[in-house]
Formats: sequence, C-alpha cells, structure tokens
Amino acid sequence: MPDGALPVLDVRDLKTVFQTRGGEVHAVNDVSFSLKPGELLGVVGESGSGKSVTMMSLLGLLPSPPADIRSGTVQFDGKDLLNVTPEQLRSVRGGKIGFVFQDPMTSLNPVYQVGFQIMEPLRKHMGMNKRQAAARAQELLELVGIPDAKQRLDDYPHQFSGGMRQRVMIAIALACDPQVLIADEPTTALDVTIQAQILELMKDLRDKLGMAVIWITHDLGVIAGIADRVMVMYGGQVVEHAPVQALFGDPQHPYTRALLKTIPSIQGERAARLTIIEGQPPIMAGAPTSCPFRDRCDVAFDRCAVENPPRYDLGDGHDAACFYNARTGGPRDA
Amino acid sequence: MLNYTIRRLVLSIPTLLFIAFVIFMLLELAPGDPMASMPLTIPPEVREQMREALGLGEPWWVRFPLWLKQFFIVEPQYWIDGAFGTNFADGAQRIISFQSRSPVFDTIAERMPQTLWVVGMSYVVGVAIALPIGIISAYKQYSVFDQAGTFISMIGFSVPPFFSGVLVIVIFSVQLGWLPSIYDTTHEVVDWQTFKFQLQQMIMPVMVLALQTTAQVSRYMRASMLDNLGQDYVRTARAKGMSESVVVMRHVLRNSMIPVVTVIALGIPSIFGGAIITEQVFKVNGLGQLLIIALQGSDIPMVMTITFLLAVLIVMMNLIADILYGVLDPRIRYD
Repeated sequence: MPDGALPVLDVRDLKTVFQTRGGEVHAVNDVSFSLKPGELLGVVGESGSGKSVTMMSLLGLLPSPPADIRSGTVQFDGKDLLNVTPEQLRSVRGGKIGFVFQDPMTSLNPVYQVGFQIMEPLRKHMGMNKRQAAARAQELLELVGIPDAKQRLDDYPHQFSGGMRQRVMIAIALACDPQVLIADEPTTALDVTIQAQILELMKDLRDKLGMAVIWITHDLGVIAGIADRVMVMYGGQVVEHAPVQALFGDPQHPYTRALLKTIPSIQGERAARLTIIEGQPPIMAGAPTSCPFRDRCDVAFDRCAVENPPRYDLGDGHDAACFYNARTGGPRDA
Repeated sequence: MLNYTIRRLVLSIPTLLFIAFVIFMLLELAPGDPMASMPLTIPPEVREQMREALGLGEPWWVRFPLWLKQFFIVEPQYWIDGAFGTNFADGAQRIISFQSRSPVFDTIAERMPQTLWVVGMSYVVGVAIALPIGIISAYKQYSVFDQAGTFISMIGFSVPPFFSGVLVIVIFSVQLGWLPSIYDTTHEVVDWQTFKFQLQQMIMPVMVLALQTTAQVSRYMRASMLDNLGQDYVRTARAKGMSESVVVMRHVLRNSMIPVVTVIALGIPSIFGGAIITEQVFKVNGLGQLLIIALQGSDIPMVMTITFLLAVLIVMMNLIADILYGVLDPRIRYD
C-alpha cells in the first residue's frame, strides 16, 4: 500500500463510557489510530478489552444510554463522524463503511429473505430501483462465493449454513462499495475450515476492491495471516501498535509478549500445559490513573502504579504504552 | 400448508365431539330443573307431562345424539333453506329453548349484532390502542410514556369491569349527564343524528372492555418488542444505515408480532362469549346476557348450544393462530 497516503479514517482520543447501576465503566480510553486506503488493520485483545466498543463507537452503533461517547474525533470523508447529524451518520453506515458482525447465526433478520436484506442498503444508499438492486445483490452473492446466487436470493437465513450466512453478511457490508470494512470477529463463530475460507475470501476481496479493512479478533494466528498493521488493546487502551512483522518479531509491550506466549505450538512437548496470562482483565471503573496491565505484568515497577504510560514512539510505525523498555531491559526515561 | 390445514380440520372433529359430550354430561349432572320457575300450583302429573314434552323423559344416550343431529344436520338445513329458498329441512325439529320455546339459533342471531358491535368493537379498539403503546413503551423503555403505559395496564388488569363500568356510569351519566347509561338495542341508525347517538351509547361499554384488552395486549407487545430490540439483526439493520423507523417498524415489528398475533387470535372467541358482566352493567342484551339468563333458567339447549359454539370458535382460532404463525415466520413450515 502507498506509504504516506492520507488516512481514510482517522480516530483521535476516542473515549467511551458506559453508565451502569454500579457506576461508570470506562470502556474506551483515549484510543487513537488511523487507517490508510487499502490497508488491513488487525485489532487484538482479550474479551472486554474494548475492541468492539471502539469500532461501534465510530458509527454510533452503541445504544445510548448506557453508552456515552465523551470525547474524541473520527475523521472520515472530510467529516467528524462524532459530530454529524443522525441522517449523515446513517448515510455513512452501510454506505461508505460496512460492518460485519461476529455471530452470523443471529445477525440476519430471520423473517426476511436474504435478497431483500442485501437490497435494503442498495436501495437506500445507491438509490437503486428494485430490479437494479436485485441484479446487484445477485452479483454480490456471486462475489462472496455463494453458488446458485439467483435462486438463493429468495431463501431465508435459516436455509443457509453458518459460513454461508457470514458470506451473506459480508455481501451486505460490501453492497455499496465501502471505503472501509469493519469486521468484528467475523470468523469466531465458525469452524476452522469455514474460517479459512472466509479469511481467503476477505483477502481476495480486499485486493480486488481496494478497500481498507479493520479486522477485530482475539486470534493472533488470523492476524499474522492477513494484517498489515496490528493494534493490541488492553483495558480500553491501545497498548501496542506496529506493522505485523514487527509485532510478532519484536513485541515491546509485556501484554503483547504474554499474548504471543499463549499461542499453542505444534512443536515441542504435547503434554505441556497451555500458557495462560494469570489474572483477569480489569474493569475500568474510572479514567485510568495507572497502567491497567500492571497487576498481571512481570516487569511492573513503582511508576506503573501512579501513572498511566503514554504511547512511546519506537520508530518505524511501532509504538508501545509501557514504562519498561524491552530493548534496553530498564525503565524508560521520563 | 393446505395439507396441514385439512389435517388439522379433520382432527378437530373428534376434539369437538368430545367437547360436546363433556358439555352435555356436565349440564346433565348439574343441579337445577327447567320446571323450577313454573308456578307451584301446577299438579305434579302435569309437571311430569310438561317435562316429557321438553324431551327430558328420554335418557342422555338418546338426547345427546339427537342434539348432535339437530346441531349438525337440521340447523344447517334450515340455514340453507332460509338463504336459498330450498326445502331441505322439511319441518324437522330444531333446537328449541326451554324458556322461550323458540329456536335457539333465532335468539342467538338476534343477540349477535349487539355483542359484535359492543364487544367486537371494544376488542378492535383495545388492540388498536395496545399495539402502538406496546411498541413505543418498548422502544422508550423506562421513559415517562412507558411508566404511564405500565400504570394504565396495571389498572386494566386489576380493576374489574363491574367496578369501572359503574364508575364511568356515575361520572358520565349521573354526574355529567353526557352519555346514556343504558344501551338501547332497538335504536336504529338511519342518519347522522342517530349515528351520533349510537356512538354515545357505545362509548362507555366499549372503553370499559377495551381497557382490559389494551392492558393485556400492550404488555405482550412490549415484552415481545423488548425481546427483539436487543437482537443482533437489529444492530445489523442499523449498521446498514436504515433509519430508526425502518429498523423498528420493519425489522423489529414483524418479528415481535409473531407471538402477539397468537394472543390476539386466541382472544377473539371471548368476543362471542360476550362480556357477561359488562353487558349486565350497561344493559346490553347480547350473548353474554343471554347465556346468564339461560343458565339461571336451566335452559339446557340454549346453554349447550352457546357453549358449544364458543368451543368451535376456540378450536378454529387455535388453528388460525397456528396458520398465521407459519405465514409470519418463514422458519415454521408445516409440510
């Protein structure tokens, strides 16, 4: 992809808070990232690390209340998506930004035909009439590799298998030639062979259509296979961000290193127990005043308890939010 | 679907025959004597002759098949004769009321319009109010509107019509004098003035009954909407850029209606049963009132026929609800 191209999506200091009965939960804390055209950005982290909430905040897909987007800017297409009218936001959703969700079994409306559900955004965003939309819907189903596309348009979601439904979801997300596709754990609910098929499909489509993709997952293997850049999230923050080779070859944040250790290896002793990261991810009851990972960290020191580390730029598009310098083996200078 | 419908219709025949038998035997075993309201001066032997003249001298295994024959063969014949001027019935004995000595179906046909107007209208009004309330209450859960809806539903559930009926009579008829307290069955609508009067006399019984329907249906609707609003496909619809009205009225509503339609369909037979208490309060001489009077007078043919007609309606509405289920939900296929 062209280096130095203007980002298609630029998120700055996004902060999302949930108001619950038990008080506030700071799910997303000052998250910043940008996405270049045609780039595939992987977002990894444990459950509850704020990956999905970040992406849903961008498009206003979180129910409010309880969600409250406190601050930040989302620059897309010359507009700040956090600061547009609901109608403008709707024209972006499903039009210029497509969304694929985790569970294909429940993400389609069970009482409408698949063709109708694909045609809905076409008719709304592209102003197509019924016949044009039907033709395009058929094209899309063929694009995502569904055989007998014309006949399948009239089928209902329950007549499709899980993998086929996810293909339908992808077809819906791609319907209006989006500039950005956000895929929220699109393969998690699928079995491994189908997962591989969907991954291949996405790589293919990205190359064919040239859109930027944000791929949310907790599967590092998937990320290694398809991402250009990776963003690791923890406790609602970006803790490390690097090109994919740098992340796997030279991880700088202790959380990233711990995550990489949890990948089971096919070499070595079979009897070895799976590695885990001890402890639980935190629930952020307030704005962070310390490093959210320090309780589970093996290199934490005094400073980690009193200050939240900023993202240190390490050069070559690599940054990490940690006071410990893994390259020198000592604390970073203040 | 057609196969399924026919199969269900055929299966409903033994069901209905069994229901008819149970109703008949219950009435047979129940205490009460059709002769009880006759003057005490009638000598016992005359009384006995009168009893036999009503057919009560025969044992139940003679009278039950006779009733079945009258209900399923003779009465339809009379109906066809009346409609097409034929002569199938050929003077056969119809089901006759003990009290009025006139055919039961004639009386039912007389009473039906009042009941359909008042109780049927209240059902339509109740459902028409309940659906939007349920939809808005769910969409704006815990809002002032939702709280108000919950409160009104609670009143509808807990205040019986014999109280709310009398209450509105006291307020609107006695205190304010706006509406008549008695429903005039003989009133005929011929022009604007009489139509206005018809509306005036219908308002109170209709609203008292509609309150109960609204209370129930709106709760079902709200619960069903809430179940669906949190579903993943709703998020998908929003992510596609659909407007809120499309998301709610197209995507959520169709799914939410599936269980509610069943509730509405199963409530329809109760219309034909009339509103026994409310009809009494407002002096509407509908089917409910007819049934009460028949029960009090041990008018076995009348009670038997009305009750059985209700059973037929309930069985049919069950079938219709099941078919509608299949129409609304593509996942359900009966063949």
